[in-house]
Amino acid sequence: MSTRAALPPRAHHRPAWHVATVLETRAETPNAVRLILDVPTWPGNEAGTHLDVRLTAPDGYQATRSFSVASSEPGRVVLGIDEVPDGEVSPFLVRDVRAGDKLEIHGPLGSYFLWRPGQSDRPVQLIAGGSGVVPLYAMAATHAAASDPSPFRLTYSVRTPEHVFFRDELAALAGPSFTIDYIYTRQAPPDWGGTVGRLTRESLVGTTIAPHERPRIFVCGSTGFAESVAAWLLELGHSPRDILTERYGGL
Amino acid sequence: MSIATRGFRGRRREPGDRLPPGQTKVSRWPVLSAGPTPDVDTDTFDFVIRDENDTEHHWNWEQLLAVGVEDITVDIHCVTHWSKLDMPWRGVSLDKLFENVDTKYDYVMAESYGGYTANIPLKDLRDGQAWIAIEAEGAPLTPEHGGPARLLVPHLYFWKSAKWIRGLTMMPTNEPGFWEQYGYNLHGDPWKEQRYW
Repeated sequence: MSTRAALPPRAHHRPAWHVATVLETRAETPNAVRLILDVPTWPGNEAGTHLDVRLTAPDGYQATRSFSVASSEPGRVVLGIDEVPDGEVSPFLVRDVRAGDKLEIHGPLGSYFLWRPGQSDRPVQLIAGGSGVVPLYAMAATHAAASDPSPFRLTYSVRTPEHVFFRDELAALAGPSFTIDYIYTRQAPPDWGGTVGRLTRESLVGTTIAPHERPRIFVCGSTGFAESVAAWLLELGHSPRDILTERYGGL
Repeated sequence: MSIATRGFRGRRREPGDRLPPGQTKVSRWPVLSAGPTPDVDTDTFDFVIRDENDTEHHWNWEQLLAVGVEDITVDIHCVTHWSKLDMPWRGVSLDKLFENVDTKYDYVMAESYGGYTANIPLKDLRDGQAWIAIEAEGAPLTPEHGGPARLLVPHLYFWKSAKWIRGLTMMPTNEPGFWEQYGYNLHGDPWKEQRYW
């Protein structure tokens, strides 16, 4: 982030409104749903993108919220949505939406918190808290699909194994160029050898790419999570320019 | 274009809520920023306005406060669809800070500790519309909310209210700042829903 940065390349696609039809809903975690949307006009998106979902009531009342996109291909959008207790939109999306329902989306949005294949050969460290893994999963999937050679590592702080988003997909992506470290904050799998508890500066040292390897770092989680992790990364010697943060829980 | 979503009712606005289109009222104060929170010390704090004559007007922390801190109550609107109403702030009016600045340029680049920038027309910063804020909700601004000092331009989307403010540089043209380079609107009027471009 520099004061007079050269203009970055424009996102491939200008944001626009699209009508989406729900193809499938799936329980992602005990508190979250995976929505698979059929959006014939969706142009595709880069990994890390978000979009706005707008719901309209019969009397015209509208509510709009932002969500990260887990997918990247044209014509189809996958969202992983955590229920915000006392929220207005997420409880409806998690509990009430079913296949065939229509909603409006605006996007793709954001051209900063993005990972593009071939952009750099530096290693990439992804650090997720809870549902903050959604845009980072999109990056890992894009990295694998592009056979990009840069090493990827995901450090994923999550309450319990059943709260992991995209668990099977992440397991399938793991390999020589993509490693995953789970931090279980409440309960670990039965055969888990590590400790259970919140992510700390010390556990971050053991599970992330070292500063001398100059990783580009994407952090996504709650505000408290992003603040703590970014501060620890600076203390460990990473450059502030290499740390990109995204937070959920704006609403 | 607007289609109804089956079963959605949502919450109704309370009478008297002054909300721009697409916004929802919050009581909490969410945090958004693109990178780590910089550590800005009031002991070394230096705020500067640079004009086209290469004149620099500097204020250290004590000098800034000595200009005069006023109470402000305003609504703020974030591009991520939340608004916070009747929020009490304290800060120094930019009208006072611009009093001795001689400029013919119409645009300003706000610059922050940490490298963040935001472009704003000068006319949006004058006439009681903008402040260097140092307190919110009765307490000094916390670092994650831009402390010790942030720009406060409440009639524009809140990314224009640059956190960790360190200076304003006059510009002849409306060059895009940080988020503006990434597709956010050059002006950002919430009542016109100027979110993206």
